[in-house]
Amino acid sequence: MTHTDAAAVALARDGDSEAFRALVERHSRAVFRLAHRMTGNASDAEDVVQETFLKAYRQLSRFESRANFGTWVHRIAVNCSIDLIRARPHREAGHDAADLEQFGAAETAEPGLPSPERLMLSAEVQGRISDAMTSLSKMERAAFVLRHFEGQSIDEISRALGLKTNATKHSIFRAVKKMRQALEPFVAQPEDESLSADGARG
Amino acid sequence: MATQHLTDDDLILHYYGETSPGDERLTAGHLQQCGLCRAEYTRLQRVLASIDERSVTIDPGPAFERTVWARLEPTLKPARRGWVGWLLTSPAPLGLAAAVVVLVVSAFFAGRALSPAPAAPPEAAGAAAADQIRERILLSDVGEHLDRSQMALVELVSGDDSTSVDIANERSRAETLVADTRLYRQTAQETGDVVLSELLDEIERVLTEVAATPEAGSSHDLADVRRRIESRDLLFKVRVIASEIRERQKAPIQRQAGPRS
Repeated sequence: MTHTDAAAVALARDGDSEAFRALVERHSRAVFRLAHRMTGNASDAEDVVQETFLKAYRQLSRFESRANFGTWVHRIAVNCSIDLIRARPHREAGHDAADLEQFGAAETAEPGLPSPERLMLSAEVQGRISDAMTSLSKMERAAFVLRHFEGQSIDEISRALGLKTNATKHSIFRAVKKMRQALEPFVAQPEDESLSADGARG
Repeated sequence: MATQHLTDDDLILHYYGETSPGDERLTAGHLQQCGLCRAEYTRLQRVLASIDERSVTIDPGPAFERTVWARLEPTLKPARRGWVGWLLTSPAPLGLAAAVVVLVVSAFFAGRALSPAPAAPPEAAGAAAADQIRERILLSDVGEHLDRSQMALVELVSGDDSTSVDIANERSRAETLVADTRLYRQTAQETGDVVLSELLDEIERVLTEVAATPEAGSSHDLADVRRRIESRDLLFKVRVIASEIRERQKAPIQRQAGPRS
């Protein structure tokens, strides 16, 4: 029998471990994806998943039944990822723009390639995105993921990461510049006028 | 802003809707009029859109949910009646026990990182002796954990794929060992002991898989785990590290015994 998240939370609060198991099974994959984006490696992401659900279990009594469990656990996961990023010694310091020029500007995409080549190019872009994300420092990565994928505002990110607003902005600027250097040569160039000038997103 | 081109930073803020309300009107107006800035903005849009379209996250594997639960469940036992139950299951003593394990292992690895210790001056002899005793206790703790893990692995490997013997005992033992292994592994990681942390990581994965085996599982279900233990020489690695630790346990005794003989 499957329960809605709200029903499962109510049962889990009363000590029903199977209900909590259902919540873990329903949400752990999404938490892993978020944690992997934030931390940049699978082992850290697994630790974040463990810590997230342990905290969620301990704080179930504080969870408001009207809220969305997925959103709540997502927020815990963001905080756990940030805690881990702060706690772990810097394994990678982030590369300079010069490093990225080396691998980013080597080739240029050609318009009108046949389909198989386009597919290969698409796979290559995926690889470049992954490499470029790895090249970001931990703070650049966290700020970029929160802004770009999670849609958090710069003010929210500053509070979450404990940075001043300007420092957060500059982390995002650096991250975007690195991503551009790595990816621009691989992104096709249709007519400049094809995209509107007011394409801002919130 | 109408006469001056927009910077990359302006364009990034505009893309994310983070330009201040006053500047936003100017930015949008400039983009309407300036072909160069509009082209630059189009390139930025295209790159960032490609990240949305093509970024991939790794797949944690089909058994991921089961693995997460197997690691999590031992830490979520419901409260039992009476003070013994409280002592066994309440987060307070569990947290304390975890803290002790972390402290013990941290001190142990700190000792490893600093050894060999320089000769102690006479006035520090008492402190050195206390350190030796503490180190022996610490070594004993890590060594015992590896011995318990080794026994669990031996029993797993000696199982028979062709039989359908109930594996409740193996599962239960693995569940008990997983949480401790994780704590030791995290501490080893934090103290930079790569060899031990990698070994504990492998042990943890094997134990987690065993603990995640269905309750009604049989010996057949562990065939893959057995193959993995054998193909990676996991038992051999555990024996080597456990043996190193035993040697280190003897070392303080020899140093103490030296001057008397």
